[in-house]
Amino acid sequence: MTDLSSNDLLEIQRRMLRIRRFDERASKMVKRGHIPGTVHTSIGQEAQVVGSTFALADGDYMSGNHRSHGHPIGKGSPLGPLMAELVGKATGVCKGKGGSLHLADFSVGSLGESGIVGSSIPIATGAALSSKVLDNGKVALAFFGDGAANQGVLYESMNLAGSWKLPMIFLCENNQYALSTPAHTVTSGVIADRGAGFGMPGIRVENGQDVLAVYAAVKTAADRARAGDGPSLVEVVTYRYNEHSEGLRLATDYRNAEERADWLSRDPIVLFRNHLIETGVSAELLDQMEADVLAEVDAAVAFSDASPYPELSVAFDDLYTDKEISA
Amino acid sequence: MTVMSYLGAIGAAQREAMDADERVIIIGEDVEANVYGTTGGGKSRSSEGDFTQRYGKNRIRNTPISEEGIVGAAAGAAMTGLRPIVDLSYSSFLYMAMDQFVNQVAKNRYMFGGQASMPVVFRSAMFYGLNTGAHHSDRPYPMFMNVPGLKIIAPSSPSDAKGLLRSAIDSDDPVLSFEACLLWGTKEEVSDEPFWVPLGVARTVREGTDVTLVAISGSVPEAILAAADLEAEGISVEIIDPRTLVPLDRNAILRSVAKTGRLVVAEPAHRTCGAAAEISALVAEEAFDSLLAPIVRVTAPDMQIPFSPSLEKQMYPTRETIGAALRLVTGATGVARAALKLAN
Repeated sequence: MTDLSSNDLLEIQRRMLRIRRFDERASKMVKRGHIPGTVHTSIGQEAQVVGSTFALADGDYMSGNHRSHGHPIGKGSPLGPLMAELVGKATGVCKGKGGSLHLADFSVGSLGESGIVGSSIPIATGAALSSKVLDNGKVALAFFGDGAANQGVLYESMNLAGSWKLPMIFLCENNQYALSTPAHTVTSGVIADRGAGFGMPGIRVENGQDVLAVYAAVKTAADRARAGDGPSLVEVVTYRYNEHSEGLRLATDYRNAEERADWLSRDPIVLFRNHLIETGVSAELLDQMEADVLAEVDAAVAFSDASPYPELSVAFDDLYTDKEISA
Repeated sequence: MTVMSYLGAIGAAQREAMDADERVIIIGEDVEANVYGTTGGGKSRSSEGDFTQRYGKNRIRNTPISEEGIVGAAAGAAMTGLRPIVDLSYSSFLYMAMDQFVNQVAKNRYMFGGQASMPVVFRSAMFYGLNTGAHHSDRPYPMFMNVPGLKIIAPSSPSDAKGLLRSAIDSDDPVLSFEACLLWGTKEEVSDEPFWVPLGVARTVREGTDVTLVAISGSVPEAILAAADLEAEGISVEIIDPRTLVPLDRNAILRSVAKTGRLVVAEPAHRTCGAAAEISALVAEEAFDSLLAPIVRVTAPDMQIPFSPSLEKQMYPTRETIGAALRLVTGATGVARAALKLAN
């Protein structure tokens, strides 16, 4: 990758590690009841997430889905307010009113994760419309899964973005299962091929565990969008290691052991660590990075633990920008 | 002052808002061609004031027929610096975008702890009373009143259409505007200067002392006729048009009922969980001691809208059914109850 500095490469690894360790901790906290409800982890999909977010500029927009923590972390959001949000604390990034499913950090262009499959895709499309009308050079990216790839609103959004040549990236995170349903059993054809129907490039990243391959595809799409050439569809094939959501226990194992072993043998963080070492980065430096990230996650949990729960009145704030008018 | 139609007043408000703020854009089906008469100075493209010529295709955008995508994209645009006005043409088409209205437009600011603001207006026409059959005749504002996070206006006069729309466009919250087609041709003198009718403030259409008649949208002209009929019979009717359904001017309604002791509510929407039901409950809870008679609602029945003109015209509140309700609560005639029973 010619346009990535050695610092960029280290930052990519750091962000993947942040997602891995943050989600590992969140998973434990759900099981202990420390985090109420459930969470959907991005463990195993870190290359797909960071390869995408790192190809965006700081001011660029993105929207996401229920597998929600990785997106803001990948975009550079600090971990403390994210963890506090998962626990439901007043210092949470959404003041404790969103939770895991509805993380948003506007300071890094994260316009919100969505608990409704496919529902946030037009939000990113609208952000791309803003960029176009205001001519501010920003790009918007919509993350959605292989499940959302069969929602009608995706195609309404692709048609709109294509017709208006919006600076937009449709990023399909194909982890191959919509909960327990194998994508190929409910999906006709190849998702990436659907781009052609809307006159936009449809790129399939077969090895979504290779962060640089994901980065290259998304960077090409981002450059194209920024140049005014319109939207792209990028499908990244990847795999989630954990269950659909933490604590979910299904009677049947819909994924076989061979498949799982194959994906585990191509772990994105291990692969990229090896790549960095091959290019001359010292193992000591990478070990130190791992320790630093663990300390960051510890600090995020400590920040959350030390934070108060919201006042009851907070439940009645933020519905409107003004208080209800009563003459 | 200029004599403006209801539609002309909407066009004037949109023009003023487009002139005042470059972040205001209009998107919707057929807005470039000014099909509904709210995006131009006249009916033809060459007319002076045509919005596409005046503001360009960057700010006046025809959309595909993709309500879910359009509503969501308008929400995303509003969250990132634009102030879109979305013309959804018929109110029945809002259902296509229900997920976006309920899960994104209404919830995003709240869920994200106030990070988002959502300055967007969704305009639609309630095409009832025009023999268009069940798919085009809906008056669906009550179901949106049940979604916290949306503001809802239902102007009944050209002046209110202009002033409320300016306030809606200037609001940093999402506003749904429900415009009854039966009102489109209504004309009155409207100020050429910009003015704003605040959201959440009712209009006292006429003052009276014997009975409060709360009337909504297309029921307001019928209410005015009915009140005139009752005046001739010696009964003084006070008409309140809430104009904004969310937020609702509760105090204006309660003050009026405290004065008159009687309440009739007339609206063209269905009976169950309608605005009339909400207003009736409000008065029953907050002003029971003032009431001299039971509250009476005059609404559309819980029935779909039939096509045939001979069938459709009996479905909505009329001068006659509203008049019968007013007579009933004021004890004016014995036939009123029978007439109402027929209507509801």
